[in-house]
Amino acid sequence: MQLMKRIWIACAVFNLSTQAALAAGGGGEPIVIVADSRKLTGIMAWWANLYNESHVYFTLLTIIIIPVIGVIFGLLADLVMHFVGIDLSSRDLAEH
Amino acid sequence: MDWLYILMPIAGVKIFWPGLIILGVGVGVIGGFFGMGGAWMVTPGLNILGFPMAFAIGTDIAHMAGKSLISTMRHGKFGNVDYKLGFIMLVGTVVGFEVGAQMIMWLERIGIVGPVVRWMYLALLALIAWMVFADVAKRRRKEREALAAGKEVDKLATGLEWHKTLHRIKIPPMVTFKQAGITCSAWLPILVSFFTGWLAGILGIGGGLIRMPALIYLVGCPTHVAVGTDLFEVMISGLYGAASYTYKGRTELVAAIIMLVGAAVGAQVGSVATKYIKGYGIRIAFGLAVIGCFISVLLKLIPTYYPPLYTICDVSATILILGLVAAMSTYITVKMVQGAAREVAMKKGKTA
Repeated sequence: MQLMKRIWIACAVFNLSTQAALAAGGGGEPIVIVADSRKLTGIMAWWANLYNESHVYFTLLTIIIIPVIGVIFGLLADLVMHFVGIDLSSRDLAEH
Repeated sequence: MDWLYILMPIAGVKIFWPGLIILGVGVGVIGGFFGMGGAWMVTPGLNILGFPMAFAIGTDIAHMAGKSLISTMRHGKFGNVDYKLGFIMLVGTVVGFEVGAQMIMWLERIGIVGPVVRWMYLALLALIAWMVFADVAKRRRKEREALAAGKEVDKLATGLEWHKTLHRIKIPPMVTFKQAGITCSAWLPILVSFFTGWLAGILGIGGGLIRMPALIYLVGCPTHVAVGTDLFEVMISGLYGAASYTYKGRTELVAAIIMLVGAAVGAQVGSVATKYIKGYGIRIAFGLAVIGCFISVLLKLIPTYYPPLYTICDVSATILILGLVAAMSTYITVKMVQGAAREVAMKKGKTA
């Protein structure tokens, strides 16, 4: 019972501090950065223009590109390690 | 030598691209091995290469998401990721992170954000380092005592056993995590992840540095599962962070992709190395990394009290961080190559 009581007190304190922190939040004026696409050509210029035109599309594309590249690189490395002869499906050690 | 430099389309700065690949390899190895994003190493590295600080953070988080995905895929194949635990902890992590970030705004308003964050970070790192080495010392004592009694210590035995006490709290619902091999109240991982997320939000870091030891010492995960599950969390929070920073216009995707080329190789090396290094080997190396991080933060803190020491402390911190990345990634790579060579030789021996 003593333990349960302590847990409830801890939860209550945490909850109150959380609400206080949420209520106290604030922010300033954001700084706007513009990409200089004049020195760029091809895909780099297109990318810089996309950044200037729409942060939403820019973000969406970034969030799609990162995992796709991660998966491609991961699969490529899989192939290489399989070729070398490393077992990638099991781990013998089971200790802490 | 102009071809060694690439103009970043958003930040508008020319960057030495081989430096990005080398940095990617180094932190990829360390991240895949320890289960952390490694922001404390990458951000100063990117800053040195010429990125403005805001872009350094955003680019680091973007590359971290991709790198953690590669590592999670690899650890998942080894059975090191407890997805159920990861998803449950995600709830606490996200809520905790937002609360921590809001608390930072509040501290900023009352004008004490800098000292509070730095000293809190230092205290936390000291606590983690103490936990790791106290655990190692206690486990070694158990081994010596078992040896003296003519027995062998249990492979699953640990030094610090705080998780056993926490597992005795049986507030419903009780959950079993098969991959981690533990049964506990669902509130334990939720509260632990809320706490680690809150700390990460306050300190402005990804959280792997805190979550990995918390998974071991508080939740009771075996080291390898803690590393894998933590990487899963880093991957999700990295994607969230990347979206947030990109929307604010502070991510340089070109740099993140170049870093990913190196990090893809590094993350594989680091993840595969966990196959050949015992759990306590990982813990000791992690403890050393935490000490390195502690010293680098301390070096950044000293000039706020003694401004004349700014240059020397800044240079020392940079050298320390880059030296630590180089030394640790080399050690892990060597261990991985040695282990892989042994495995390949054994396979050849069996077929011959």
